[in-house]
Amino acid sequence: MTAISTADHHHHHHDNDGIDVFGFWIYIMTDCILFATLFAAYAVLESGTASGPALKQLISLPYVLGETMFLLASSFTFGLAMLGFYRKSKPLALLWLLVTFIFGFSFVFMEVREFIHLYTDGHSWHVSAALSAFFTLVGTHGTHVSIGLIWMALMIFQIAKYGTSSAINRRLTYLGLFWHFLDIVWIFVFTIVYLMGAI
Amino acid sequence: MTFEKILFGNLTLQAIPYHNPIIMGAGGMMGLIALWIAGAITYYKKWGYLWKEWITSIDHKKIGIMYLILAGVMLLRGFSDAIMMRSQQAIAVGSHSGYLPPEHFDQIFTAHGVIMIFFVAMPLMFGLLNMAVPLQIGARDVAFPYLNSLSLWLTFVGAMLVNLSLVVGEFAKTGWLAYPPLSGIAYSPGVGVDYFIWALQISGVGSLLSGINFMVTILKMRCPGMTLMKMPIFTWTALCSMILVALAFPIFTATLAMLFLDRFMGMHFFTAGHGGNAMMYINLIWAWGHPEVYILILPAFGIFSEVVATFSKKKLFGYTSMVYATISITFLSFVVWLHHFFTMGAGADVNAFFGIATMIIAIPTGVKIFNWLFTMYRGRITFSASMLWTIGFISTFAIGGMTGVLMSLPPVDFQLHNSVFLVAHFHNVIIGGVVFGYFAGVTYWFPKLFGFRLDEKWGKRSFWFWLVGFYVAFMPLYALGLMGMTRRLDHYTAGLGWHPLLIVAAVGAAIIGVGILCQLMMVYVSVKNRHAYRDVTGDAWENGRTLEWSIPSPAPFYNFAVTPSVHSLDAFWEMKEEKAVNPNIELQSHYDDIHMPHSTATGFIIAVFSGILGFGLIWHIFWMMGLGLVGIFATVMARTFNANTDYYLKSDEIVRIENERVRSFTSSPLSSLEKEELVLT
Repeated sequence: MTAISTADHHHHHHDNDGIDVFGFWIYIMTDCILFATLFAAYAVLESGTASGPALKQLISLPYVLGETMFLLASSFTFGLAMLGFYRKSKPLALLWLLVTFIFGFSFVFMEVREFIHLYTDGHSWHVSAALSAFFTLVGTHGTHVSIGLIWMALMIFQIAKYGTSSAINRRLTYLGLFWHFLDIVWIFVFTIVYLMGAI
Repeated sequence: MTFEKILFGNLTLQAIPYHNPIIMGAGGMMGLIALWIAGAITYYKKWGYLWKEWITSIDHKKIGIMYLILAGVMLLRGFSDAIMMRSQQAIAVGSHSGYLPPEHFDQIFTAHGVIMIFFVAMPLMFGLLNMAVPLQIGARDVAFPYLNSLSLWLTFVGAMLVNLSLVVGEFAKTGWLAYPPLSGIAYSPGVGVDYFIWALQISGVGSLLSGINFMVTILKMRCPGMTLMKMPIFTWTALCSMILVALAFPIFTATLAMLFLDRFMGMHFFTAGHGGNAMMYINLIWAWGHPEVYILILPAFGIFSEVVATFSKKKLFGYTSMVYATISITFLSFVVWLHHFFTMGAGADVNAFFGIATMIIAIPTGVKIFNWLFTMYRGRITFSASMLWTIGFISTFAIGGMTGVLMSLPPVDFQLHNSVFLVAHFHNVIIGGVVFGYFAGVTYWFPKLFGFRLDEKWGKRSFWFWLVGFYVAFMPLYALGLMGMTRRLDHYTAGLGWHPLLIVAAVGAAIIGVGILCQLMMVYVSVKNRHAYRDVTGDAWENGRTLEWSIPSPAPFYNFAVTPSVHSLDAFWEMKEEKAVNPNIELQSHYDDIHMPHSTATGFIIAVFSGILGFGLIWHIFWMMGLGLVGIFATVMARTFNANTDYYLKSDEIVRIENERVRSFTSSPLSSLEKEELVLT
């Protein structure tokens, strides 16, 4: 292969990546609308407690703040993993992805623990529309994070196997967009569901 | 939990309605036809060909053709439902109860609406986009070919779930949008609503992915020189429609998911008690549903614009105003959803806002109507079949639009809500707008994909039967609505004066049926005479203006041997005016290598697992849910380990294929379809 056609080749792939990432951005926007719908449902149904207790009597803010910190920190460490990846350092990228995974897992773990607590105390989604909306909104976010974790495990495996190739770069960019997006959604969940719910 | 329960969930032999001769007859027919097709494929040893060239194909043109086939088959089913309803209403008066029991009639009108919108109109729309958009913008494929195949197969699986509900279990008896609390578990304890939810959830994800795919394709893959305002008008309407898909379908997905959680997990989003709010469902479903009708009609507007310019031999009048009208409709479609339920009681101010917003939509639509008329004005009009559909549309759609504006007045709507006046109105705009438009589009672009034109004589016959049939079937419904007839009646008392008009409506439906028969004849006659109808030049209608007519018919699998570069709107027209050499028709000695994706079965496999997941969720079969989910994840992950997803088509190979094409045109009488096979194998 001559130098010119190689350059051409590289240029082409670079171009394609731009299109791919743009497509992923649009997907993120559609996911954003999905969450917006669930937020709207929550806002409408929040007062529909069916004579049960309001949410603020059920939640512990400090606990959720701890959960939040794990997720925010995981976004930061994901950024560090990307920096490591850009410096073509496989160990750095892997190390920070692993840390991100642990933080993300801790977040999901704490959320599931909270859900189990609520359920066993008799505050399940069967009880009222408000609790249905709460479990669905928070649970949908948690499901997204869990899918992100499965994806991250896959990426850790692929980086270990294939190193820092351009296909891996693209997938890691997608995962990064997805992960930071979930962080932003969580900030809204924390504000609207937990903080405003606690007032 | 018993062993049967673990293995089959709620599914028992009682789910098969073997005591109902109509359903068993229809199911038996479907089974026989499927067996016959499978037998024919086996006999001609075409399974390998089907798998390699079609099921795993990610070529947008083949995906487009498969969408059309799906839509055609489902049209026959949706139309059978229509005929059954019309004949039931023509006889079920007074002491006669007709031949359909209420619970069966209710399933039929639900299935009719669901099938016609989701499995006829949507596949036709995506089929047409696949057929034309990449060719119009000078692209070699869509942005994500493998995703495109996934979308097709998800839609297919959704349609198959609806068909399965005919013989295994039941379909929803709730109307096509399944309003709660009726669709909640308390009032619809059967699996009908679950079939509804999962058929639409699975095909809805397919539509959403297609929406993203085409948005990116149109925004990022246009050929050099094609700025947004030099984009063919069909591509513009496709872009706006896809923006609506991306904005509206997530609402649909979330809403159906909430309805399912109510039914499956015992939640209370839309239940009558426990703080649930059924009106929220109706708001959310129409926040998707209203944009949905524009998702369907905008591409039809685009088709009419292309057809009217081509067959009037003039450039489209008011291109810029057409674009801005399309954009305003796109925006306005999101602020009118409440007009579907003025009677909810939101109050005078809210109703007034949505009433006025609705009326405003008539302005950009009116702009379009005038643009089409002015395009025809002093043009040299050829009255081809696609042009007849267009002219039929302009007058019919104008009437439908006016009855729409009539109902946008809340006080009038209070009288007409849920009456058959409304049924007449939306059939008026959907048949007169969407259906006529898509038929025009299929006729118009057919030669580009198949290499030969459709028979004009049968096409025109079908148009006239459809047009007359439509008026005979639906004008009486306007009158009946004003007389107070509500929709979805399986029986009515004598002496209301409705009976004669309902007989007329039934006759109208039969006339439409003749139109459909003419279309089947049209396909048969065209395939039989494909040599005579062959499009040799690539410019099938001689006055093509846009890039799709600058390449040979049928389009080669790489679309453009040489990527075009454009300087104006109507780029191909300009090329012809300047008598410029067309490198996609004239043979070249050298071509640049073309980057092509490999075929893949991934989309098909994911869709099959989605179908298994959906069936498990409908019947509460937990192992199937697990299998479906794990299967989907595993297939997606396996794909990421496959580095060999694309290849380069070398110059020599392109030279060989292009030579082959020219030779086949000049010498052998090979049919276009055979030629296509030859090129591909």
